[in-house]
Amino acid sequence: MSHETTLSKLRERFGADAFRISEFRDNFRVIVPAERILDFLTCLKNECSFDMLAEMTAVDYLHYPEARDRFGVVYCLTNTATGERMVVKTFVNDPDPALPTCYGLWKGADWLEREVYDMYGIVFDGHPDLRRILMPEEFTSFPLRKDYPLRGKGERHNFATITRAES
Amino acid sequence: MPLEALPTLNETDVDKEYLYTLNFGPQHPATHTTLRLVLTLDGETVVRAVPDIGYLHSGFEKLGEDLDFNQYVTIVDRMNYISPVANEIAWHHVVEQLLDIEITPRCKYIRTILAELARISDHLLNVGAAALDLGAFTAFLYGFNQRERVYDICETASGQRFHPSYTRVGGLMNDVNDDFVAKVRDFVRNFPKAHADIRKLLNKNRIFVDRCKDVGVLTREDAIQFSCSGPIARASGVVRDLRKDEPYLAYKDFDFQVICAKAGDCYARYLVRMEEMNESLKIIHQAIENLPSGPVNVDLEGKCIIPDKSATYRSIEGLIQHFELFMTNRRWQTPVDEIYGAQETANGELGFYIVADGSGRAYRARTRPPSFIHFAIFPHLIEGHQISDIVAVLGSLNIIAAELDR
Repeated sequence: MSHETTLSKLRERFGADAFRISEFRDNFRVIVPAERILDFLTCLKNECSFDMLAEMTAVDYLHYPEARDRFGVVYCLTNTATGERMVVKTFVNDPDPALPTCYGLWKGADWLEREVYDMYGIVFDGHPDLRRILMPEEFTSFPLRKDYPLRGKGERHNFATITRAES
Repeated sequence: MPLEALPTLNETDVDKEYLYTLNFGPQHPATHTTLRLVLTLDGETVVRAVPDIGYLHSGFEKLGEDLDFNQYVTIVDRMNYISPVANEIAWHHVVEQLLDIEITPRCKYIRTILAELARISDHLLNVGAAALDLGAFTAFLYGFNQRERVYDICETASGQRFHPSYTRVGGLMNDVNDDFVAKVRDFVRNFPKAHADIRKLLNKNRIFVDRCKDVGVLTREDAIQFSCSGPIARASGVVRDLRKDEPYLAYKDFDFQVICAKAGDCYARYLVRMEEMNESLKIIHQAIENLPSGPVNVDLEGKCIIPDKSATYRSIEGLIQHFELFMTNRRWQTPVDEIYGAQETANGELGFYIVADGSGRAYRARTRPPSFIHFAIFPHLIEGHQISDIVAVLGSLNIIAAELDR
């Protein structure tokens, strides 16, 4: 369909073995190794006109059936002119998961990457201001990881308090 | 609370002693919801605004991994709490895409009617609250009067005025009756007058126009760069509406227009929302006059719908189906795959990224929250404006904290 032009550009640029394709319902996915994710996203934005980053999120595949890598990071791109959508996926693994930032391509990635960092601990190299966004600054764990329990580890009861005598 | 001061000053600004920091704190009537802005001010002019969010973070996405597809609808309701039905419809739309279920025509029409009523309700509140912040109290009350009618309609359909938890996988909680049809027809008849009242109060109001025109201008390129969608993007010239570009539910059958503007300022966003309410009313009118008859839930054979009580108590298949869907180790047979689906809600593109692992619960239920993405452009819009413009811009962005923080 309309994905053919995009696919042929990607194949021409990176070679057909550099990425895998999968389709599910009406989602069209391109799975890319983490080292080349920025090259792929740059090509998709500049040459295939995917000018909007509709969504960016991460998944922790710790308890997933037949998973090989721990974290998957998903970018959902949209071409506002033609309405074409494409999902780009990449995988990162545990000791220090890190990816290059795509803030230079889409400014909308600013807060989306901060949220992925806050919830999963995936560091985005080159991000202008990578700090926690939803959790308090001094929070130590990464809540959406599968090894963090639903009810937390008691952080709600252990706030630093200042008594009247100390203040 | 942050233990260090937020990085509000650039290196060049540190020497400027006349700049001072003001906290537009989480408790402030003009922010509507719990948002915090740390403003760096030069007199009345905002030099820099750093948002601090997370005050309403309740771990909705973590709960999505614990509740099943029908239970999670109660949580999804509470995200954009101004138009809760729209969130439910969007959630179940994506779940039904995942499970490859085609809902019945009657269900599509009823969901369309409720989605458009939710859109009208959201726009009424946004226009009303934006006006309220700028001092126009009457417009706010006219809007809220109409929202009461929408609550009445939701109550007739589901029993709850707000957060109805009305949709289910494969259909709705129950069918609607003639009372619902009569109430919707009444609403269609009475709404244009209230809309005209608000329009007459605000459209050419000298104070409203002066405070909103050329304030918070968002250019078309920036709107696309910052992933904006919905009325905010359309007011900047991005001609994109998922109801027309990727038609879902029953939108293909209706004749309506997509409202866009070019200016991209607060006044343009206000005008786009006002006109969108008229278009939504057209859709509701066409839908309610052509409401198809037939069942509102899909067949039992798909094994995804909770059977109604007559089938549960009188047939063995119904009884088994009822048990299967509620037993914690059975539920739905989902494919082991992931899907991103989105709908056009009042605030913009509300998407869900669901990762399924074969059990009846989402392995990951991510919400793509339009409010979160739109609040990120606020520092960009407010630079160089005055403190009083903060209220106008914040009102026009329609930031709803529960969707912002989840």
